[in-house]
Amino acid sequence: MPLRQCPQFLFVVMGAVIIISAIFSYFAGMRYIADPQIVALGVLSLSTILFIIGYTIAQGFERLAEASRLKSEFISIVSHQLRTPITNLRWSVDMLLSGRLDHVTVSEKQMEYFHILGDNIARMNELVQDLLMVSRLEQGGLPLKPQDISLQEFVKEIAGKFQPSAQSAQVRLQFNIDSAKPHITADPSQLKIAVENLIENAIRYSGSGGNVEVYIAQKNGKVTAKVKDSGIGIPQKDQKFLFQKFFRTDNAKTHQPQGTGLGLYITKTIIKTLGGAVGFESKENKGSTFWFTLPIKP
Amino acid sequence: MSKILFVEDEQALQKTLGDLLRGEGYNVISAFDGETGLKMVKSEKPDLVLLDLILPKMHGFDVLKQVKEDSETQDIPLIVLTNLEGMGDVEKALELGATTYLVKANYSLDEVLAKVRKALGE
Repeated sequence: MPLRQCPQFLFVVMGAVIIISAIFSYFAGMRYIADPQIVALGVLSLSTILFIIGYTIAQGFERLAEASRLKSEFISIVSHQLRTPITNLRWSVDMLLSGRLDHVTVSEKQMEYFHILGDNIARMNELVQDLLMVSRLEQGGLPLKPQDISLQEFVKEIAGKFQPSAQSAQVRLQFNIDSAKPHITADPSQLKIAVENLIENAIRYSGSGGNVEVYIAQKNGKVTAKVKDSGIGIPQKDQKFLFQKFFRTDNAKTHQPQGTGLGLYITKTIIKTLGGAVGFESKENKGSTFWFTLPIKP
Repeated sequence: MSKILFVEDEQALQKTLGDLLRGEGYNVISAFDGETGLKMVKSEKPDLVLLDLILPKMHGFDVLKQVKEDSETQDIPLIVLTNLEGMGDVEKALELGATTYLVKANYSLDEVLAKVRKALGE
């Protein structure tokens, strides 16, 4: 927290101002008022009241900050604890599906149910991952290990990894770049999460027959990455809430019941920590374009 | 037949991954706490150690450290297999000499098997 927002610091400043004003009032009173002691006493008692109020407010803020820290810690602990049962479930289903168990042939009908189990375990794990990420971001605890990155190559590689899932969802995933190769300084593991979230969303909400295009362009010392989809779009009324934690639009919930509502919040927080900006344009049923900009390395 | 020491306190995980590895023809030996794990690394000299971090009696990091400090065991490849993913944990494990660091919940059994094969140089 910067010093100018730190409750204790503000409290000390306020105290100093009150003491100075009391002394000033006393000497001003001595000169111009017949009975300065009474005036000084009045100023002093009022100052004391202000002082107490200020102290109470500072304490309140501290308690709030503590509560928020405990909440993040709680999320982190619970999420870690959930991972062991999730691993148990995941590996058991893996084992059942692998055909490695003696004399067990899984019927097609049973297989369907195992797949439901498997998908839902993956869903739980995704939620736990996202929650852990959010709690780490909120504790300000993402270790930043900045490296020189060629954004073009970086995004291209990520887009490449999504090609199989795009194909199976029957979405055409294209990558367009201009000739320049801007370099930026960022933590690769974080930037990866931010970019993945955007591409994953674009594929997920485009549906079969859709198109997703990824652009990289540079302008005015900044590089912009855009992910354009032909998906369900974001209703006008929901647009202002889109980057809020856990927010999901109604059409998103209908189109794709899975999803934690944390991806865009995570992307935005990461890009902001990297010194960039995030935004989007969207029309319902027409598609959305999400973009982020980052400063180019001089 | 490679010998794999699996140090993990969770019974169910010992069973799933243990069964899988045995099915693949590996000789899997188990330890359910850190202290026993460390003793077995020294006495059994396995070809690979799979090590959880949060273990009874001795933390996985201490086991890792001592395995890597002992000249007789330091060359044994060791995969950290945990659900812990705190700040700096991955870096710490790699610095101490772990071959790789896997977050269990994020890997399927087949993916773990592939990592095991790779660490064994197969």
